[in-house]
Amino acid sequence: MKILDYMRDNFIFLDGGMGTLLQEAGLKPGELPERWNVTRPEEIIRIQKSYFDAGTNVLLANTFGANCLKFDDEELERLINAAFDNARKAKEESIGSQEKFIALDIGPLGRLLKPYGDFEFEDAVEAYAKTVKLGVKAGADLVFIETMNDSYDTKAALLAVKENCDLPVFVSNAYGSDGKLMTGANPASMVAMLEGMHADAIGANCSLGPEQLIGVMEEYLEYASVPVLIKPNAGLPRDEGGKTVYDVYPPEFSECLKNLLEKGVRIVGGCCGTTPEYIKAVVEKAKAVKPVPVTEKNRSLVSSYTHAVEFGKSPILIGERINPTGKKRFQQALRENDIDYILNEGLKQADAGVQVLDVNVGLPEIDEPKMLETVSKELQAVTDLPLQLDTSDPVAMERGLRCYNGKAMVNSVNGKDEVMEAVFPLVAKYGGFVVCLTLDEGGIPESAAERVKIAEKIIKKAAGYGIAKKDLIFDPLAMTISADTTAALSTIQAVHDIRFGLGVNTSLGVSNVSFGLPSRNIITSTFFALCLEQGLSAGIMNPYATEMMNVYYAFRALHNLDANCTDYITYAQSLPVLAPAGASAGQAQVPKTEGGADKGSSALNVSPLQNAIIRGLKEQAGNITKELLKDTKPLDIVQQEVIPALDIVGKNFEEKKVYLPQLLMAAEASKEAFEEIKKEMAKSADGAGPKRCSFVIATVHGDIHDIGKNIVKLILENYGFDVHDLGKDVPEQVIVDEVVRIHAPIVGLSALMTTTVPAMEETIRLLREQAPWAKVTVGGAVMTQEYSDRIGADKYCRDAMETVRYAEEVEKSLGK
Amino acid sequence: MKEFLEDLKNGIDRKEGAFTPIHLEPEEPKLNRGEILRYAGFPAAVLRAKGKGKEDESFMEIPSDEELSKKLEDVIVLTKGQLTFRISYVCAKIDRDADGYPVLPFEQHSSDLKRNLENCKGVIIFAATIGAGIDRLIRRYERTSPATGILLQGIGAERVESMVDAFNELVKEEAKKAGLKAHPRYSPGYGDLPITVQPQLLKLVDAERRLGITLNASLMMSPSKSVTAIIGIE
Repeated sequence: MKILDYMRDNFIFLDGGMGTLLQEAGLKPGELPERWNVTRPEEIIRIQKSYFDAGTNVLLANTFGANCLKFDDEELERLINAAFDNARKAKEESIGSQEKFIALDIGPLGRLLKPYGDFEFEDAVEAYAKTVKLGVKAGADLVFIETMNDSYDTKAALLAVKENCDLPVFVSNAYGSDGKLMTGANPASMVAMLEGMHADAIGANCSLGPEQLIGVMEEYLEYASVPVLIKPNAGLPRDEGGKTVYDVYPPEFSECLKNLLEKGVRIVGGCCGTTPEYIKAVVEKAKAVKPVPVTEKNRSLVSSYTHAVEFGKSPILIGERINPTGKKRFQQALRENDIDYILNEGLKQADAGVQVLDVNVGLPEIDEPKMLETVSKELQAVTDLPLQLDTSDPVAMERGLRCYNGKAMVNSVNGKDEVMEAVFPLVAKYGGFVVCLTLDEGGIPESAAERVKIAEKIIKKAAGYGIAKKDLIFDPLAMTISADTTAALSTIQAVHDIRFGLGVNTSLGVSNVSFGLPSRNIITSTFFALCLEQGLSAGIMNPYATEMMNVYYAFRALHNLDANCTDYITYAQSLPVLAPAGASAGQAQVPKTEGGADKGSSALNVSPLQNAIIRGLKEQAGNITKELLKDTKPLDIVQQEVIPALDIVGKNFEEKKVYLPQLLMAAEASKEAFEEIKKEMAKSADGAGPKRCSFVIATVHGDIHDIGKNIVKLILENYGFDVHDLGKDVPEQVIVDEVVRIHAPIVGLSALMTTTVPAMEETIRLLREQAPWAKVTVGGAVMTQEYSDRIGADKYCRDAMETVRYAEEVEKSLGK
Repeated sequence: MKEFLEDLKNGIDRKEGAFTPIHLEPEEPKLNRGEILRYAGFPAAVLRAKGKGKEDESFMEIPSDEELSKKLEDVIVLTKGQLTFRISYVCAKIDRDADGYPVLPFEQHSSDLKRNLENCKGVIIFAATIGAGIDRLIRRYERTSPATGILLQGIGAERVESMVDAFNELVKEEAKKAGLKAHPRYSPGYGDLPITVQPQLLKLVDAERRLGITLNASLMMSPSKSVTAIIGIE
């Protein structure tokens, strides 16, 4: 019998702890348990037989740590083959009469993935794939991924299984006492991601006892439409007379698991500290329980690496601002590879209260697949909002979905077969919540009924790919009423009919409705309210438009979606108090000019903008600049206001009157001023205006900490240098290629660790060969003048200001 | 730890379960703002001078800079609920080799460690971390607001150091009760004890499973605000 057939009507009993039993049998600290498959097979068989005798249905072969990071290829194959030989022998020798299966056990690689660690996602997929292939060859009945404490690592392992075999796969994560994975994911987000990728059973193991995992299990049972599993520890370990003992014994352990079976858990076993005795007790207790059927929960979820967002309850706001369409400054950022600008746009929307970020980086002259991958990875490093990948290029969509940590929104498909056939296979593989536009080869139908028909067609087609209705969200398309005053009515009708007639979620890019009209926000926000009333589940919208946010918070309060109106009240209190007539924003916020005394500015009669910069007041610096731009030329503000202020701060830093945090606060404030200036200049034909010489900056290969580099970058930008930031852990040749490409006169390399200094040396060697014109300055925590001389750098700079001074020197020598 | 210290005192040799790690979730230690600023780039001397005569927070005080003080408080608020204080340790008896070097449950041949463990009969080896939450925050801010980033770095460093200081104190007290003396902690990377011992040390305290600590290719720990160390018991 196949396991998936068997588990339809039966509980599955797993095995219990292995490590503790092996230690009792003599496994030494630091010894790799997988080696015992070959050196001490009789011990492995003895323990595994006792689990089968106790009633175990699914035994995990002794392959938890069997991966190519710990063993070479030849030994790996030998150990995995031996593990299955042993497990089969245990199965044959067992007296148990129950159904028995043997699983390939996969534990974490023990390397943290980027962005928190240094291991590449694709390298992890490849490493897991090796183990999977060997396990399949050795005769596994299923794959059991377990003890995963990072969602991204879990995805890598599951992807490796899905890409290399058709075996059933169970996935189990290790939750901390806070109910989250070590890297932050909660159960709902794991359910979303793992179900999206078609795991056959999901749940939790290790780290806690059964009692502490009840909350986690309840969350799984609430959201999961696949069988839920638990494999807890025998309670918490403690020291008793120098021996680690666990505080939950078989009677309580089995009682607690029995309660969970009654609640709907279908697969149970034990982890650290449990023995065959525990499993026997569980099997015994379970006899009195009838399996609860696994049902479709119909929850529409998207997720990030920390949490899930659910559609169909309270309306969801999807921020539309990461999109170059019609935005000159954004286009410029994309062309200049200015990722920070894009990240800021994401963070600002998160602060404004959106729950999902739409990400569109399509521009004819850029490599969209690469950019979408970069931006979605970088956004996931700075914000925990789920993303909506917005592209019409299936190649870009696949790149984005593959590297996404969670279950993404997919924007979009429509009724055209060609589009669905390109996108649905990706969703079936990687998971996703798909925006479906109700248009097809014939364009956008005028009537609501025709749009509903297209929606029906899409639902049918998706089902053919195994994509359920709950994973589709329909956009019946808002058209402008300035062209056809009946347009809004059709859309509102379609929202209603699709939501309540077809029982699926709906979303709209609401702002189209007011295109071509004055004061658009009035029309758009009212339309938004009308659609919400007709069942709109989500709006793709501009969260900076107060009118839109007003509607959102008021709607939730009026629809009993905001307990005690708490969110509304918080929102209302955050709204700015209207300034009295006549006082302009700039004047209203001009700060008191004293108070900067300790920063050495009191003696100088500084202007309000300079004062804001020196004191590190970001918001003020931006507001005052905005005011100044009304009657001052952008470059005059830079020359007469910003640069002199920076000089004061820089000098104070050099004279040790202020220190790094204060220097950075000032730099951020001046950046805010520059941002306003750039926005103004992007409007005019000459684009960004003149820049100083270019400066390539990077943290060298192997080094993953880059705050020092970011500081130098920020200050250099402040002084107007054209900084090309290549990021951290940058391979030597990548740095050289960029220097050659833009013929950069100066390169800054940063290294935090002594172990990465050789990478720096190698980079310099290659630069001398291929870019002999470039001056190289080095810095970082471990750098010294001596090191710098030894590896052949032109200059060692202790801090950001020294780097600025050196860059100015180099620029001067070029006669610029 | 108590039993171990008493056995150590009485010269009882423990074999069974000698290396099983013990898990600890200490309370959050009191915040030291001066230390945060020191880690964020203020020289200790400046902080000491400004806070002269003040007894609290190890007589360090932050300089009178309204904006910086406000910023620091804002950043401290960001970290609330994001830190998890955890320690895993093992107790072990020390043997000596022919040259008097301590024989520990991990391989090393460090004369500086030998000096630190002079007269010691046992050691407590531990790993401690404040979790991955602080790294998430640092990632979130380091690019878009380096000022916030560097203060977060400072808070993370101060938090983990304060936790292990408190743990070291605890060991000292317990040792004193047993009539023994605990040494100041000693970490890989100090003197001639290389960081290449990290993999063994982390395995010994089961740090990956218990604390979620992993090493990267350059032997740096993730979460970054983690500490491993050895406390000698004399």
